Parts: sequence; C-alpha cells; structure tokens
Amino acid sequence: MSISVLLTILLIALIPAFIIGLLKARRIAEDNPRAMHSRAGYYGGYLALWTVLPALIFTLLWAVLSPTAINMMVRAELPATVLEHRQGEVSLIMGTIDAVARGLPYLTPAERSQIASDPAAVRDILGKAGVILASEPEPYVIAAADHLNAVRATSRWLMTGIAALLALAGFVYAFSRISAQFRARNSVESVIRAGLIAASTVAILTTLGIIMSVLGESVNFFKAVNPLEFLFGTVWDPRFAGAGEAAEHGQFGLVPLLWGTLFISAIALATAVPLGLFSAVYMSEYAHPRVRAAFKPLLEILAGIPTIVYGFFALITIGPFLRDTGALFGLQISATSALGAGLVMGIMIVPFVSSLSDDIISAVPQALREGSFALGATKSETIRQVVLPAALPGIVGAVLLAGSRAIGETMIVVLAAGIAANLTFNPLESVTTITVKIVSQLTGDLEFNTPQTLVAFALGLTLFTITLGMNIYALHIVRKYREQYE
Amino acid sequence: MSLEDPVNEVPTMEQGRFANIAVTLHEPTAAPVSTDAKIKAHDVSVFYGEKQALIDVGIDIRDKSVTAFIGPSGCGKSTFLRCLNRMNDFIPAARVTGSVEIDGVNIYDPSIDPVQLRARVGMVFQKPNPFPKSIYDNVAYGPRIHGLAKSKADLDEIVITSLEKAGLYKEVKDRLLEAGTGLSGGQQQRLCIARAIAVNPEVILMDEPCSALDPIATARIEELIDELRQNFCIVIVTHSMQQAARVSQRTAFFHLGILVEEGETSQIFTVPRETRTQDYITGRFG
Repeated sequence: MSISVLLTILLIALIPAFIIGLLKARRIAEDNPRAMHSRAGYYGGYLALWTVLPALIFTLLWAVLSPTAINMMVRAELPATVLEHRQGEVSLIMGTIDAVARGLPYLTPAERSQIASDPAAVRDILGKAGVILASEPEPYVIAAADHLNAVRATSRWLMTGIAALLALAGFVYAFSRISAQFRARNSVESVIRAGLIAASTVAILTTLGIIMSVLGESVNFFKAVNPLEFLFGTVWDPRFAGAGEAAEHGQFGLVPLLWGTLFISAIALATAVPLGLFSAVYMSEYAHPRVRAAFKPLLEILAGIPTIVYGFFALITIGPFLRDTGALFGLQISATSALGAGLVMGIMIVPFVSSLSDDIISAVPQALREGSFALGATKSETIRQVVLPAALPGIVGAVLLAGSRAIGETMIVVLAAGIAANLTFNPLESVTTITVKIVSQLTGDLEFNTPQTLVAFALGLTLFTITLGMNIYALHIVRKYREQYE
Repeated sequence: MSLEDPVNEVPTMEQGRFANIAVTLHEPTAAPVSTDAKIKAHDVSVFYGEKQALIDVGIDIRDKSVTAFIGPSGCGKSTFLRCLNRMNDFIPAARVTGSVEIDGVNIYDPSIDPVQLRARVGMVFQKPNPFPKSIYDNVAYGPRIHGLAKSKADLDEIVITSLEKAGLYKEVKDRLLEAGTGLSGGQQQRLCIARAIAVNPEVILMDEPCSALDPIATARIEELIDELRQNFCIVIVTHSMQQAARVSQRTAFFHLGILVEEGETSQIFTVPRETRTQDYITGRFG
C-alpha cells in the first residue's frame, strides 16, 4: 500500500473511531448523565486521536526515514568497483538504478526474460516502458534495480502492517479507558495544545536552521579568508578563479558593500519617511473618510509592484532623467547611481511608512486631540505637538521596518545602482550593495567550495546581523517610549 | 465637604431627605453670587444628520458661578455643553442653529475663529486626557501655543500658579518633568484643570469631570470647582445629582433634548416647578 493511500485511510478512520467513542460515552451517560466527566464528543475525539495519531506519526517517520535506509541497503549490494567511484558518480548510478527500478514493473514477462538474455536490448526495451537511459546499463544495474524493488515492497508491507497494528492497539487501549470518571476533555485538550506548540515551533526551528546553514558556510569561508580582512577591507575584488584552480584569492573587503548598502538605504529612507509620514498625516487627520478609503489602497498598490519592475523604472526612466538633468547643470551623473536607486527604493517603501503610520496615528485617542483643541490649539499645532509625539514609537517601528526592507532589497539595486563596488561618498556615482554581490557571487559556473562563492554566505550573515540589530533596536525604542507614555 | 455626607446616597421621596440636601448645598457657597449673564443662548438646536439632539434651548449662564447641567443619559446636556466652545464642529454630521452669545458676541458668527474662542472657553473632559508629555509641558502647552509667556521665567510662573490653583502643585513640585500620564486618575484630572486654567480662560466647561474618579478624588475636584468659581464662569455636566447640589449655584435640567427647567440649585432640588424635574431628582427615571 502506498503512503498516500495509507494516510488517507488513517484520516478516514478518524470518523468511525470518533463515532464509536461518542456512542460508548452516550451509552454510559444514559444511566447517569451527571457522572460523566466530559461531554460525549470528547470521548469520541479521544478514541479517534488514539486510533489515528500513533499510526500517523509512525507512517510519517517511516516515509521520511525509509528511503535513506533502502538506499543504503541497495548501495551495500553494489560491486566494490562501482563504490570506488567519486561521490557524485555513485549518486548518478543510484539515480539510474532508481529509474530502471521504476520501469521494470511495466515490462511483460517476455520482455523481462529478453533483458536477462540480451544485455544489448535493455535500453530499447526500457525506453518503450518510459525509462529513457543515456547508455546501455551495466548488468549489475538491473540486479540492483530488482533488489531495490524487492526491498521497497517489503518496506511498504512492513509500514502498512505496523501502522495497522498501532491503530488497532491504540483503538483498543483508548476504548477500554472510556468510563464515566475518565477525563477525556483534558487529554484531548493537551493533544490540541501540543499541536499548537508544534506549529509555533516550526517557525523558530526554520530560523535556527537558516542561521546554522549560513553560519556553517561562513565558517568555511573564514577558514580561507581572514575575518578581519573581510570586515575591514576596503577593496572588493574577488577575482573569479576558474573551476578547480585553487589560485589567487583576490580581496574580499566588506566595507564598500556595506557602505553602498547603508548609503542607498539612507537615501531611500530620506525619500520615504517625509513622503510616507506626510501622506499618513493627510490621510488620517485631514482627508475625508471617502478620500482616505480611496487613497490608502492606491498607495498600498505601490507595495504590490514587483521590485524588478521598480528596477526597470529606475533603469530606463529615473536613471536617464537624472543623467540628463545633471547634464543641464554640468554635473556628471552616471545612469546607474546611488541616487537613482535610492529614490526608486524610497518610493517602493513609501507604503510601509505611510500605511503603518496612518494606522498608528488613527489609533491615537481622540481624547488627546479634543484636549488640545479645547485649549485653543489649531489643527497643525495639535498634530505636531500632541498626535505625532504620541504616535512616535509606532512611527519609529514603521520606519525601521521600512529600513530593513530597504537594506535587504536586491533587484532595484542590481538594475539601478550597478554592480561596481565603489567606496564613494558621491551619490551620483554607481555603488553596489551586499545583496547584489550575494547574487553575483552565487550565479555563474563557479565551483562551490571556493572563497569566491562562500563569501556570499559571509555576506548573508552580515546582512542578517544588521537587520537583527535593527529589529532589536526598534523593539528597544518602542518599549522605552511605551514606559514613558502609558 | 466631607465624604461621610449623607447626600452621597440617592435621594428618596421622603421630604426629610430633601431638606437635608437643601441644607448641605449652601454650606460652601460663601463667595457672593454674581447675577451677570456671561453666556446667553437663544434657540439653540443641534442636529446629528436627520436626528435632532437639542431642541430650541435658551439659557442665561451667570459669570463667577457654577451652573450644573443634569438629566438622564442622552438628554443633550453634553451636546449643549459642547456648543459653548464649538467642539461640535469636529463632528462632521453635526449642525448647530440658533445663537450663543458670550459677552454679547455670537460665537457662531462667521467672523468668529473657533480656535480663538476655545482659548477663552476652556474644557475639562469626562476621562482625564493628559498629553503624553511631562507635567510641566502639559500645563505649558496652552501658554506656549498662544505666546502668553515672554520668557522662561514667565512660563514657569504660569505653570506653577496654574498647578497651585488646581491644587496639584504640592503633590508634583518635585517631579514636574515626569510624564503627566504617570499620575493617578484624580491627579490627572486636576492636571487637566491646571492645563485649562493656564491659558487664562473666562469660561471653564466640565463634562462629567468626576465620573472616572474615586470618591476621594471627586471630593477634591469638587472643592477645587468651588474655589475656581471666584474667578471663572463654570459650567459642569454631571450625572450625579448630589454633585450638582454640592457644587452649583444654578442648575439646568435637560430631558429628551429640551431644557426643562433652570433656576437656583436650591429651588430645583427642593421645589421644582416641573413634574419631570421632580420625577428625575426623586429617582423615578433616569
């Protein structure tokens, strides 16, 4: 029985198990409804969970672990000469065996015997069964494929049998425990709580996993390159080494990239914060509700535009526009400049600032505004001196969120700021960012284990550290103002 | 007025209980009662969209005395109070007709700037609403925006006098730079009163200023109102008839958007002219 069928059957089994538990509980309750600890449904749920859950967990574990075990068993049977090949080639051979194994069951008995007698016809016959092979497989491949099929079949039978046994055992155990005194509700609820905990753990575990993988590769990089050289080096020149050449390393100075990232993000925030904040104040304080209802979704559309499209916009509209405008004043502005990328990125993050700030400003209690108006304050005095200070912690949070979005942005920078790692204070020249270099280091025909590639993970780690720091700082600020005002 | 005062209980129909109120309410009113009308309202009606919340209200409110507006919930007393400093302007659907004259000038005249008006007619709200600023900045807010202080020393003086008048200075003098929101409810409300006094208004409107406070804080605010009466025209909306009896010289009873009866507080609580007033103050409805 295949895993999907087994899982389906187990899930369907929930229903009869539930009904049986429910009925048994009802029968007990007939005599003395008050004596029952839980409502009948909880006994049904308890029985259903005990019937299905152990078998389900076992099946899932089996499904995850058995391929590895089967693979090892088949590999152990391969001729010793084959196993002497390199790691990659053995994987390739295992792939072929797997493909052949999938094709074998579709062959007629006549074809099977033909394969056994005539090794030269194997490729054609398997081709007809839908298995396309690059070359005539060696004889041991067919044997191994047969072996694989046999082990797989055994595995499936074992899985089905054990799952059925577990389901039955769980059912009998739970059924025997159903009685008036039994606290079914507590058991069911603890299972529900465990499920909720498991769901919330997934996100944390994923984060940990990401950190570990980035950290691991970064350590490999720092084995080849001195961390101080990476952190404080002012020249970015990785010198693409060809595959297999251990050759020269080049220089991996982080500073130009970090500077580019912060520079562009600063320009973006300098664009987005005033625009976003002013539009938020207009929307929440001045605009007619109907205008606001139309305005806000329109602004939020900006957030839905794919960043690559912003990149086009920067590249073919803003860049040339800046260059031509600069030329009028005798300024040399390159078509890909920090200024252009920063401006476009700023427009991209306007909705983050405006939409969040608008919500936060609207949440400032009306009583504060009235208190200010009642003292003869004008609307703008009230907004500047009462509403905005009260909303400040939230606004700071919104700005930092927009900031970390800007720091992590890639596509706009690739297209609009260029890929030249210049260390310059001139916003009119092209610079590049950490994210752009991560992309460019990881794409292309490079061997994985060179510093040129591994540096991408060190860059990723740096980026992660920066955004983490920003988030912690944002939380700190928000908390500080909360203490003061509430 | 002490807390053990029997008028804290709901009055009943017994005559003896009425007499009790009449006696206690005159106790703190030693200052001479002015008879000049500071505010004259004529035919004031307020509409919220189609619904009329206030119907042709006309009343003269005297200077340097406390006028209480009483009545059941939704009777229009708060609505009328908010007409006196044009706070109803902020409710988009609200429309006010009729005229309200303060010192003979109609505040609904197009030539009147409501912002300037509100500097003359201060307001204290039901729930204390100190700004998220320091105690000092809360009080200094009004004087700053109106440019009332020429120097830092002037401003300090205004802040301190206002806090003193609001009876709060002694409690907060060592922590003027701490957040106003950190004070207790009663202190916050006195801070709001100090904030209102600081712009030197002529009229102070109070919209149920004690409804969110405990009895001790309420007693302090009531004492304060009685002191402030010497310098300001005070209008207070209250749900508590005892409070009206304790702090006011004149009382106006509102019901279903109509000003039913207005007169000396002692007269309203002892010999009301209207049966509806009688019914309300004896607790038959409301």
